[in-house]
Amino acid sequence: MNSEFPNKQNFTKESLKKQFRLSEFLAEKIISSVAFLSIAIIVLIFVFVFKESLPIFNFGTSEKAKTEMEAAPDSGAKPESYGSEPTEELKPETYGSEPVANEELKPETYGSEPVTNEDLKPETYGSEPVTNEDLKPETYGDVKAEPTVAASSDEMKEVVGSNNEGADKTWSTFFTTEWVPVSEHPRFGLIALLIGTLKVTIIAMLIAGPIAILAAIYTSCFASKRAKEIIKPIIEMLAAFPSVVIGFFALMVLATFFQDVFGYESRLNAFIGGVAMALAAIPIIYTISEDALSAIPKTFTEASLALGASKWQTAFFVILPAATPGIFAALLLGVGRVFGETMIALMATGNAALLSANPFESVRTFAATIGSEMAETVFGETHYSVLFFIGSLLFIFSFALNAVAEFYVKGKLIKKFQGK
Amino acid sequence: MNTVINETENHFFSNKKKGVDVKGKFIIGITQIAVLLIIAVLFIILGIIIYEGREKFSWEFISSFPTNGMTEGGIFPALIGTFILVIVMSIAAVPFGTITAIYLTEYAKENSKIAAAVRFSIRTLAVVPSIIFGLFGLGFFIQFVGGGIDKTFNAGQLHWGQPNILWASLTMALLTLPVIIVSVEEALKTIPRELREASLALGATKWQTIKNVVLPGSISGIMTGTILAVSRGAGEVAPILFTGAAYYLATLPESLSDQFMNLGYHIYIMSTQSSDVEKTMPIQFATTLVLLILTLSLNLVAVIIRSRIRRRAK
Repeated sequence: MNSEFPNKQNFTKESLKKQFRLSEFLAEKIISSVAFLSIAIIVLIFVFVFKESLPIFNFGTSEKAKTEMEAAPDSGAKPESYGSEPTEELKPETYGSEPVANEELKPETYGSEPVTNEDLKPETYGSEPVTNEDLKPETYGDVKAEPTVAASSDEMKEVVGSNNEGADKTWSTFFTTEWVPVSEHPRFGLIALLIGTLKVTIIAMLIAGPIAILAAIYTSCFASKRAKEIIKPIIEMLAAFPSVVIGFFALMVLATFFQDVFGYESRLNAFIGGVAMALAAIPIIYTISEDALSAIPKTFTEASLALGASKWQTAFFVILPAATPGIFAALLLGVGRVFGETMIALMATGNAALLSANPFESVRTFAATIGSEMAETVFGETHYSVLFFIGSLLFIFSFALNAVAEFYVKGKLIKKFQGK
Repeated sequence: MNTVINETENHFFSNKKKGVDVKGKFIIGITQIAVLLIIAVLFIILGIIIYEGREKFSWEFISSFPTNGMTEGGIFPALIGTFILVIVMSIAAVPFGTITAIYLTEYAKENSKIAAAVRFSIRTLAVVPSIIFGLFGLGFFIQFVGGGIDKTFNAGQLHWGQPNILWASLTMALLTLPVIIVSVEEALKTIPRELREASLALGATKWQTIKNVVLPGSISGIMTGTILAVSRGAGEVAPILFTGAAYYLATLPESLSDQFMNLGYHIYIMSTQSSDVEKTMPIQFATTLVLLILTLSLNLVAVIIRSRIRRRAK
C-alpha cells in the first residue's frame, strides 16, 4: 500500500532521520520482530515435528539415505554417526551366516518392494502426480541410493544383522505391507497407510472437484448478481462446519444410508470417508475457483461475446481456460485439506489398515493414525517416533502443495494478464 | 453493460442456432444442479442434526454435568472447557495477529522479500493439517517448554510438562492465527489514505498515526478476526487430541495447568468410544447441535460485520 504514496514514505523517513524518536524506533522494531515470528513458527513446527521422528533414523543406516533425500543434511554428518552406530558392533556375530543371509534377504525385501510400488502406481499416477513425486524419494530413494554409496555393503550387513536379531527397529519394517505398531514384532508398513490415504483422497477429490468447480462456474458466470450474493455465503457457511461435525454426520447418517443403498459389508469405509471429506473440501475448492474465475478481466468475456459466442461457450472456452491456474491451485489446496484431515478420517473410514483397492473397504489414513495412536504411545518409543515421522511427511507434503499453488499459479497468472 | 450483452445474446439466439440454445441450457443446468446439490446437502446436514438433537436439547442439558458414566446428563464441563480454551487462545492470538497485520499493511515495503516470506508463512500456516499443530504442541509446548519449566523450576516434578489448557490454547492460537491476520489486514486496508495523510500532515509520527487513527478505525476488523478465530477454535479437535483435552472430568478446571473437556472432543469420544453408542445417540446429536449453533452463529456475526466493513470500503 505504501508504494502508492511514495511521498508519505519519504516524508516519514526523513523526519525520522532528522529527529530520532525512541518510541517510534521501538514500535517499528517490535512490530517487525513479532511479524517475523510467523516465519519462525513455520520453521519451529518443522524442526520440532521432525526432531521427534529422528530416533527412527538411527537404527538402519539406509534410513539415513532417507533423511538425506528429505532433509538434505551435508554428507559430512554421515561418517560421524557411523562410528556410534550400535549395530556395527553386532557385525562380527552375524558375519558367519552373513553372505547367505544377505543374499537370501535381499530378494525378499527388495523383491517385494517393486511389486508394491507397481501395485501403487496405477492408482496414483492417474490423478495425483504430486503425491507420487512425493512418494518416490521415500521408496525408490533407498533402493537407488544404496548401490551408489561406497559403504553400501556395510549397510547391508548392518541391516541384515539387525534383521536377524529380530529387532523391531529395523528399517525393513517400514516396507512391510502391514501396520501393526503394537505387538511383539511391530511392523510399521507405511505403504498400507499410504494406500489408504490416497484412496480416500482420490475419492474425495473425484466428488468434490467437479461439483465445486461447476458450482463456481455457475456462480461467477451465469448467476444474477442477487443470486450470487445468496449462493456465496451459503456455500461458504459449509466451511464453518467443524470437521468433527461432518465426521459425526458421516458416521451416524451417511454410513447407514449408503450401506442401505449399496449393500456393502463394512459400514465405515474409504467411500464414506471420501464423501465426508468431499464436504470439507468443497468450500475451499469452490471459494478459490470462484475467485479465480471472477478475476478474469471483463475484456475476455466481452471479446468472446462480441465474436458471437454464447454465454456458456464463453464460460467454458474462454473464462475457464484463462482461470486454469487458479482452479489448479484450488484443487491442490483441496487435496491438502483432504490429505491432512484427521477427525473425519478417524470417525468415518473404519481405521483398518488393509491393503486393497476396493473403495468399500475400511482404510486407515496417515492423519487418523497419528490422531488415534499418539495418545497410547510412550515417549521415545519407535512407535512414537514413527508417528512423528508421518507427521513430518504430512507437513512436507502440505508445505509443498502450498508452495506449488502459490508460486506456479502466481507466475502463470502474471504471465497471462501482463506478459502478453 | 450487462444489458447490452444480454440483448446481443438474445438477438443471436432468436435468429439462428436454436440447437445451441438447448445445449447451452443443458450445460448451464448442470452447473446449476451442482450449486443446488451443495446447498441441499448443507441443509440436509443441518436439518438432520437439528431434528435428532432437538429432544435432548434444553437448558438443563447445557447446564448439567454428565452422569452415569457419560451415558446421561449434560455437557456443562465440555462447554466451559471450550469457552476457556477459546478465551486463552484469543488472548494469545489476537495481539500477535493484529501486530503482524499492522506490519504487513503499514511497515512492510512493497517488494520486500521479508514481507513476502511472512505472507508465505502465514499462508502455509493456514494449510498445514491441524493434526500437525497437535504434534507440534506435544513436541514443543509440552515436552520442550513445559518440560523445560519443570526441570528448572519444579526440580523435574511433572507439572507443566503434561497436557493442559494453556498448551492446548497456545496450539490452537497458532492454528487460528492466519484467520485473524487476514481479517485485520483487510480492515486496515479499508482505512482511507486521506486519514493517514491528514494525521501525518498534522505532525503525528507514524506510530502515533497507527495508534490513534488506523487502529481505532479497524476495531471492527479485529473483532471479525477474533470471532472467526473463536468459531474455528471451538470446532477444531485434532490439535487438542493430545495437548490437553480430557475424556471425562468430574470438576471444572481450576487453573491453566489442568486438563479440560471440550465439545468437539466430547462428540468424538461419545460417538466412537462410548460404552453404549446407541443409548447416548440423542446426547451426541444434541452436543453436535450445540457446537454447530455456536460456530455457525459466530460465523454469521462475523459475516455481517465483515459485509459492513466492505460496504464502508466502497
